[in-house]
Amino acid sequence: MINTAPVDYYETVKSMGTILEVKNVVKTYPGVIALNNVSLDIQQGEIHALIGENGAGKSTIIKTITGAIAPDDGEITISGKSYKSLTPQISRAEGIEAVYQEFNLAGSLTVAENIFIGQKLGKGPIFNLETLFAKAKEVLSMYDVDINPAEKVRDLTIARMQLVEIAKAVARNAKLLILDEPTAPLTDNEVSTLFSIIKKLNADGVTIIYISHRLEEIFELTDRVTVMRDGQTVGTDHTKNLNKEKLIEMMVGRTLQEAFPQRNINYGAELLELKNVSGNGVDDISFKLREGEIIGLAGLVGAGRTELARIIFGADKKESGEIFVRGEKVDIDSPAIAIKHGIGFLTEDRKAQGVLLSVSVKWNTTISVLRRISGALGFINSAKEKRITNDLTNSLSIKTPSIEQLVKNLSGGNQQKVALAKWMASDSKILIFDEPTRGIDVGAKHEIYLLINALAEKGVGIIIISSEMEEILGVSDRLIVLHEGKIAGRLEKNEFSQVNVLKLASGELDKDKEAV
Amino acid sequence: MNNVKGFLKEYAIGAFLLLIIVIMSILKPTIFLTVGNFVNILDQVAINGILTVGILFVMLAQGIDLSVGGMMAFSGVVGAKIITVFGIPYPLAVIVVLIICVLVGCLQGYIIVNTGIFPMIGTLAMMGVLGGAAYVISKGQYIIFPDNMDISFLGQGRIGGLIPVSVLVLLIVLVVASIVLNKTFFGRYFYLVGSNSEAARLSGIQTKLVQIVSYGISGLFASFAGIIYMSRLGSGSAQIYTGGWEMSCLTAAVIGGVSLMGGEGKVIKAFIGVLIIGVLTTSMIMLGIDAYAQKIVTGIVFLAAVCFDGISKQMATNAKMKIEEPAKQAG
Repeated sequence: MINTAPVDYYETVKSMGTILEVKNVVKTYPGVIALNNVSLDIQQGEIHALIGENGAGKSTIIKTITGAIAPDDGEITISGKSYKSLTPQISRAEGIEAVYQEFNLAGSLTVAENIFIGQKLGKGPIFNLETLFAKAKEVLSMYDVDINPAEKVRDLTIARMQLVEIAKAVARNAKLLILDEPTAPLTDNEVSTLFSIIKKLNADGVTIIYISHRLEEIFELTDRVTVMRDGQTVGTDHTKNLNKEKLIEMMVGRTLQEAFPQRNINYGAELLELKNVSGNGVDDISFKLREGEIIGLAGLVGAGRTELARIIFGADKKESGEIFVRGEKVDIDSPAIAIKHGIGFLTEDRKAQGVLLSVSVKWNTTISVLRRISGALGFINSAKEKRITNDLTNSLSIKTPSIEQLVKNLSGGNQQKVALAKWMASDSKILIFDEPTRGIDVGAKHEIYLLINALAEKGVGIIIISSEMEEILGVSDRLIVLHEGKIAGRLEKNEFSQVNVLKLASGELDKDKEAV
Repeated sequence: MNNVKGFLKEYAIGAFLLLIIVIMSILKPTIFLTVGNFVNILDQVAINGILTVGILFVMLAQGIDLSVGGMMAFSGVVGAKIITVFGIPYPLAVIVVLIICVLVGCLQGYIIVNTGIFPMIGTLAMMGVLGGAAYVISKGQYIIFPDNMDISFLGQGRIGGLIPVSVLVLLIVLVVASIVLNKTFFGRYFYLVGSNSEAARLSGIQTKLVQIVSYGISGLFASFAGIIYMSRLGSGSAQIYTGGWEMSCLTAAVIGGVSLMGGEGKVIKAFIGVLIIGVLTTSMIMLGIDAYAQKIVTGIVFLAAVCFDGISKQMATNAKMKIEEPAKQAG
């Protein structure tokens, strides 16, 4: 061990040698050094966190370890064997498995088939489906996972698909399991299930590399942390020697201001009112939103938060109830109509629904106002289009080489800002943010919070949906907590607490106190 | 390296066209390299060019239209019928036919978009329906115009004795389509819908309407091509629907870099695709390659173009994986 601190639990129990060592690895792409002399050691049996902002080089190092890319220079040692570069086959043969954010599952096959995909079971070309199910059941029950092996993967929830991915790695006898932001799509309950499984895996001798943007998780779960920044490792230390502030400082290379910036609250006229709105999985929703107000929609995944947002925005149809914009009853049956009424919606799935990846920043920014900036014959006023895009790119400080750049070449945070630019271009007065900071690094998150605040100060009414408890408590003025499609309760700022939200969200407590 | 690839992608088809022309100029300098021959080639590709522009709109909006041949036959037969039977004046008849075919195209689009069937299957069915309708209306006969009526101007006329009217019409179609697609919000919608229809819908674009209209536009151009063809034949005929039109304009579009996945394609490049096929066909005739062997060649060219489209998509996906990290860093 490099560290000669007093002997403790980890060093006595967990140091059984180095399972993986990455030494002076360099990887360059045209114009960019993605990995600059990166060294990393993973000890047998530990849970090792790998953190850093987007673009720090985490994905590249993971791809190097799993053999997806070959480094230009350096050395990788697995269980004592040294390699110049790996291939996916070598990596897998050495017992390295990775669960990425995008799952690698065949949706139309059963859970069991997915778990044993690519593995030869038994002799001969024919296998028995029943045996396969039994074997899958065995793997799943080892970790108390209650999934029917005969179920089709596409019918599972995200959280369960993830467990199938992990089971797949277990079935391949993974010695080193890499988890890339596993909690990003999960609710708090699901996270705790996942954590107990990770801990059990670890107790069974599986070494784990854990990547996450959520710093609390690092402290709950991991033994050591390696921080990366700009393609280099900033440092590795025992988790217990660190705290959150220290980690953030290491990640961004500067001290960050307070996590959730303050703003001047100044409510204006009523913008939006829902009266007994039902349909699309939500039931009897009523609330009001004023100018300059930020309402948080809390609840577990599947509680109907996104479904409600989609109804307000006209992406899905409501069955009953009434919606008023500025006191006027409106009939929103398509996003086009919602936009006419000044409503904007930043979708949860940014890449599939929020932005058009294969077109330019400019085209994305003006998509909702194209007709407005076109003349009588339909000709787009290109000077105006450029001006609008340039103004917004500057005011949102979107980092892009030019407004003609394709959006797929921008980072997640900047893509999100492009999506926001669209709604600012169309001058939205009511904005719904669905998981606005998912998959975005700490620095960019802060910028998004500042932008939300700035919009509210300008009189925009905002509805925010977030699975991150801290975020929704930090950003919102008041909370509406949903449970199974219904409003389970409303919380004012002075009642904000994690416990209160969880009680309502889990259906433990029902107190729709503010009858509207 | 990226620049080289971009350059190749941008100019490869133009270079390919030039290459065929150069080779043919060397092989058959006396007959190939003449003004008359080039005017001839343009005259021959005029109909394909107009059809391809129509199909471009559909393909941009993530569809495909195999009904263009059927639509051509239908428009010619209907046009000839209403002129000869009802005595409607020729120019008015043309307008009536165009309107009918736009509506039929929109109806086809409406069915495809609202039922969610594969455009390839829906338009294949429509190809049969329209071709069959043309047979029924014409009773399988050529509908011949009275002797005192001359409808040959669009299809056979030449301005100054040199420039065919159909080539002029083609030029107008190319210019107008280019302007619409590049300069108007209406044209931009096809690219936006084709690039990601759900994101476009959630940005307030009425994506279904755009897709329906794309089939209407294809119907418009196909019927226009049908009218020109009718003028060329001097009669309305249902038989022309078996001419393999959908195949040749699809080939041209794909050679010209129009993506089968939607959202990508340029009028000029699609037209270069049309020219490649035209020049190739003329060259093969000049070289004395028989008609069936010609089919093999055009088939192989189509296959090659589709493979190239697929491979470049794959390369783009792989390259994306590679550039992801640096791009993030730069951002």
